[in-house]
Amino acid sequence: MTFFKRYARNYGALIGLAILLVVVVLAFAAPLIFPVSPWQSVGDPLLAPSEDPAFPFGTDMLGRDIAAGLAYGARVSLLIGVISTSVAVVIGVSIGALAGFYGGKVDDLLMRFTEFFQTIPAFAMAVVLVAIFSPTIVSITLAIAVVSWPPVARLVRGEFLSLRSREFVQAAIVIGQSGPRIMFTQILPNAISPIIVTASLMVATAILTESSLSFLGLGDRNMMSWGFMIGAARTMLREAWWMSVFPGVAILLTVLAINLIGEGLNDAMNPHLRGRKG
Amino acid sequence: MNAHSTPLLRVENLSINLPPGFDREFAVENISYDLSAGEILCVVGESGSGKSMTANAIMGLLPDYLKPSGGRILFRGKDLLAMREPELEQERGRSMAMVFQEPLSALNPLMKVRDQIAEVMEVHGEKNAETRDRRVLDLLEYVGLPDPTHLRDAYPFRLSGGQRQRVMIAMALALEPALLIADEPTTALDVTTQAQILDLIRRIQRAKGMGVMFVTHDFGVVADIADRVIVMERGIVVEQGPAADVLNRPKHPYTRRLIAAVPHREDHGAKAAAEGEMLLEVKNLRKTYRSGGGFFSRPRVVNAVNNVSFTLRRGETLGVVGESGSGKSTLGRCLLKLADVDGGQVLFRGNDVVPLSARAFRPLRRHMQMVFQDPFASLNPRQTVGRILTDGPVANGVPYAQAESKARELLDLVGLEISAYDRYPQEFSGGQRQRVGIARALALDPELLVADESVSALDVSVQAQVLELLQNLQKKLNIAIIFITHDLRIAAQICDRIAVMYRGEIVETGPPEQVFDAPQHPYTQGLIAAIPGLEWNPRLAVV
Repeated sequence: MTFFKRYARNYGALIGLAILLVVVVLAFAAPLIFPVSPWQSVGDPLLAPSEDPAFPFGTDMLGRDIAAGLAYGARVSLLIGVISTSVAVVIGVSIGALAGFYGGKVDDLLMRFTEFFQTIPAFAMAVVLVAIFSPTIVSITLAIAVVSWPPVARLVRGEFLSLRSREFVQAAIVIGQSGPRIMFTQILPNAISPIIVTASLMVATAILTESSLSFLGLGDRNMMSWGFMIGAARTMLREAWWMSVFPGVAILLTVLAINLIGEGLNDAMNPHLRGRKG
Repeated sequence: MNAHSTPLLRVENLSINLPPGFDREFAVENISYDLSAGEILCVVGESGSGKSMTANAIMGLLPDYLKPSGGRILFRGKDLLAMREPELEQERGRSMAMVFQEPLSALNPLMKVRDQIAEVMEVHGEKNAETRDRRVLDLLEYVGLPDPTHLRDAYPFRLSGGQRQRVMIAMALALEPALLIADEPTTALDVTTQAQILDLIRRIQRAKGMGVMFVTHDFGVVADIADRVIVMERGIVVEQGPAADVLNRPKHPYTRRLIAAVPHREDHGAKAAAEGEMLLEVKNLRKTYRSGGGFFSRPRVVNAVNNVSFTLRRGETLGVVGESGSGKSTLGRCLLKLADVDGGQVLFRGNDVVPLSARAFRPLRRHMQMVFQDPFASLNPRQTVGRILTDGPVANGVPYAQAESKARELLDLVGLEISAYDRYPQEFSGGQRQRVGIARALALDPELLVADESVSALDVSVQAQVLELLQNLQKKLNIAIIFITHDLRIAAQICDRIAVMYRGEIVETGPPEQVFDAPQHPYTQGLIAAIPGLEWNPRLAVV
């Protein structure tokens, strides 16, 4: 059975993929659909949804189009989610692989280092990092990456520890392959499925973290984001519910979609586990 | 035995369908046999022959997707297949019981031995706790467990494999069943333990007059224990009859082939002592494992390899024989520096490799190769066979094109299709995979080959082929082989010299004739006496 067929057996995962595709298309097409910047006042302030057919999601207190904000916010969310996760995965895999493969002192040292990061509340550290380096999209992305790699390192270390005692890895040592080569060509390909599944879920967490940072006013001032929209709307919660509800729904749907995809990937990559569930 | 009494169990034309997508339509097809009270019926076959399936069908333990599609299983005249689950539950455990292959996974790890045995009785209506307790003690004593008063309060993980299997047998006997089904009950055990368990089953069966159905793949075990034998091949009963007839005068070609493949020392041609140059000299090798130990507790120290010395010449095969925990695998791993050595010398072509760093030793690795035990775990599932075979030469500086043509030659040499080059290991059977493993080792033109239980996971007919392949390759390439195995029969068949290991030490070395006919050390004597089917000569059966 092909990979996609296995994936498609999980209907939730298909729905997740569909939602995510819509978000991605929206993010890419944002400048085409909304040529005017989302920070620009384009209509009367506080228009309720469908009050004016030009603004189906309404406008905020400065007359900015909520729909445009949603579309441009999708870009920020996806960008930060994907890039920070990639950086975190690279850090986590490197540290976890070294610790798991070499064991002993190297493992001790790297794991203590990892625990150092794990003992600090992730979100608090992200806030501190962004505050220190002034909120720009780069600093936000890096801050999220820095707080989210430890679980990856632990996961990869565990996989490497168990795989390195497997006979095919022993065989690779016996035929004279070097350490790095064994790590990359023998062990990593066999550890890739849990890494991908974890990474997919981390994208969702990163989007949430970015939203939280923006909500606290620690977002990039030049980029419209969903978290910022909710943060800006909190004073108008009673007068203009649509200002906070639509970005909130956008976050909910995107994160849900990514989680569904992660689960679908998990099922598709470990078919025997799925069979056990019945 | 009493072949004329009414059969305790009668299986009539039983067929079990396999779901579509399998290599054959039936798991078992149209099989019929009888089992009388007071006899031991052995069901023999290779993996995938359906031999366990019939046992599971009798106990009603078939998975949901397998349904018997025809036939009857009559137990004391009642059809088990027509019974409803509650009725079946009455019979299971009370009048028929089962002993499984892996006693550790068949016992609940969180329950004391006494509670597990007592539970069987409680489920079947023995309400008096005191009676149950007394019976547990009796049973534990009956199955020959030491110090039952204390042992009944132990958890399964505290027991050895043989003790666990005895507990399983005690559980099975708790309600004095009329039928005992044993599914490979000794396969996971050492030979000496196996001999004891076989003895126990035989003794109990005699004393209680039970009918025993014994599923096994090992003809040696059959020779030791069976009254009657059924031979199964791909779901079909190809031959059945009294043990003496099937073992000594097999009629069906499949039975003959199986029996011919049983390892036996007769095959060992009188080979002149190897006169090749000295290749490997091991002097006083030591390896200790330390585990546990903290501030307050002393670490547990195990001398896995203790003061081991031996020599090996080119073209010679040294068998290292021992039971689990004897240190034989650790020895092999130490030689290839897969495990650190704590002392002693390993002189390879006169140079000590022990003090070399991993980096300095790497260029030497190609001369010393290993064939692993598990044909499924020893090949990377994400690499094609071609990649697996070329990785070694490429890592040692051979250009890829040259490595590729060599790999294709090797596939031919080990008896695989050249087209295997582009396929993944999952597409091959266990025996074929082991051939790939051998080809991988040979790709580097080694001078020394360490084969660690390399045929243990294979069916007997495949085992015979792989052994023959190893012997032919040795003759052709003049390789020295260290053959690590728990099976003395195999060692006797292919080795020039045998070293017997016991608790980390080599207690006896010598040519097979000497080790077999005049064992010096008491441990060797025990080991030889425990070989299943010692009295039976499979070679005479198929001349």
